[in-house]
Amino acid sequence: MTRHLAVVSAGLGNPSSTRLLADRLSAAAARALEALGEPIVVDVVELRPLAHALADNMLTGFAAGELAEAVAQVRRADALIAVTPVFSASYSGLFKSFFDVLDPESLTGTPVLVAATAGTARHSLVLDHAVRPLFSYLRAVVVPTGVFAATEDFGSTAAGPLDERIERAASELAALVTGAARTRPHGGEDRLESLPFEELLRRA
Amino acid sequence: MQFGIFTVGDVTMDPTTGRTPTEHERIKNTVAIARKAEEVGLDVVAVGQHHNPPFVASSPTTTMAYIAAQTERIILSTSTTLITTTDPVRIAEDYATLQHLTDGRMDLMLGRGNTGPVYPWFGKDIREGINLAIENYALLHRLWREDVVNWQGRFRTPLQGFTATPRPLDDVPPFVWHGSIRSPEIAEQAAYYGDGFFSNHIFWPASHAKQMVDLYRRRFEHYGHGTADQAIVGLGGQVFMRRNSQDAVREFRPYFDNAPVYGHGPSLEEFTAQTPLTVGSPQEVIEKTLGFRDYVGDYQRQLFLMDHAGLPLKTVLEQLDLLGEEVVPVLRKEFAALKPAHVPDPPTHAQRVSLAAAAAPVPTPTGGHA
Repeated sequence: MTRHLAVVSAGLGNPSSTRLLADRLSAAAARALEALGEPIVVDVVELRPLAHALADNMLTGFAAGELAEAVAQVRRADALIAVTPVFSASYSGLFKSFFDVLDPESLTGTPVLVAATAGTARHSLVLDHAVRPLFSYLRAVVVPTGVFAATEDFGSTAAGPLDERIERAASELAALVTGAARTRPHGGEDRLESLPFEELLRRA
Repeated sequence: MQFGIFTVGDVTMDPTTGRTPTEHERIKNTVAIARKAEEVGLDVVAVGQHHNPPFVASSPTTTMAYIAAQTERIILSTSTTLITTTDPVRIAEDYATLQHLTDGRMDLMLGRGNTGPVYPWFGKDIREGINLAIENYALLHRLWREDVVNWQGRFRTPLQGFTATPRPLDDVPPFVWHGSIRSPEIAEQAAYYGDGFFSNHIFWPASHAKQMVDLYRRRFEHYGHGTADQAIVGLGGQVFMRRNSQDAVREFRPYFDNAPVYGHGPSLEEFTAQTPLTVGSPQEVIEKTLGFRDYVGDYQRQLFLMDHAGLPLKTVLEQLDLLGEEVVPVLRKEFAALKPAHVPDPPTHAQRVSLAAAAAPVPTPTGGHA
């Protein structure tokens, strides 16, 4: 069964260290899933080109164009990798904006690998203080290993602790995907449902 | 099919002049707009209900009665009547009175209101919004159909031996539309009762209106009121016209860019591509509006939002001239030609009286055998 992996990257630069980390994570996750016999399709959602659409969505209440496509990719994903740069002691506003406009039920039960980049390792607890609670609120299942990369990690030539963390996080994600039986209240997008009216009356 | 206009009754600064109309001007303008709507041949004018600035429309039945006294033909309706924070007993009384005064030339659209702080001013809680809409309407529905009501619910004082007066005109309750932007429960409610369902169809993409109408139609059939394509559907819409399309875009842009709700967001071009908004020539409005039928099916009522975002009265009246003289006559003809015979006509009092007469059992003569 083909699995869908969505990768959300909130990096702003080009090249972006956040995107670089996202690519390494998605490659590792793809290898781990394929090793478990699961063919995968990867959808990468770069948030920078969606910045205007995200602001528009905040004002209009609906996702338009490419943002709608990105939201759909994340909704249908069997697993998510979410990577943000650290801004002012937390995830970036752009990163948060994307999860603000998602329907709160979109990620219920979805395995999520969280990762962040920063100029210094002193920010590394952002993953556990800010990013992990966000996905807990969304009722996603966050893998135990979060991956934090500071500038110094990109400077090292030898395979080091960052590679180990990437591999461990990726295999945790793969294990959750293959073991997870996800149930979501809203599977399809094209058909709205309501509780039957007798039930609504009973509850009122 | 019925064509008309609806307003929310906002007081908004004209961004091209920096001038904000007074409440008095806005209220009188609403009446002038309604009179114009009748003059240019529209079928419906609907007024809003809000209890917080920047809105003046806190008392819809007062405004409706005043308009009704100055018009002869046009149907008065609401956009919307707040079923959550208004006592259903008062809705039953006010709208039944209006029904008598207007000889049935009225109906109403129920809505919830989405501003949290308003609810507590009326002793309610927005988190109960759906439940309020369900319970309050269940009571309103009975008040118009049962002469003596005993009732107990969660949200108001119980009623023992209560009769809502006046009784509905000709014993036919006013027709009710249930309006919603996003709540499937409201489409379900409309379907359950066999009432009308009105999709806002302004702020969000057409695909969303389609989903809501689909749900309503499916459930209308489920509850045995007829086939899905016989459900009673209304749509909103928003247009700005000039004979020359470029003039319309140029003139409307500052109003669009500063509009409440979506202003300072997407561009006019993006929003017209993404939502049912049309800014252009009357011909473009005709084409886009005819296209609505492609995704909601044959429907009964089309209302346009014409007087918002600070547009001055003069401009709104010019818009109504274009709508009434160039757009609606074509739409009327085209939609009528497309509508199959088994799809019901839009609800009017006369139509509902004859439907009720056809459905009523033959009365037993007094003193006869039971």
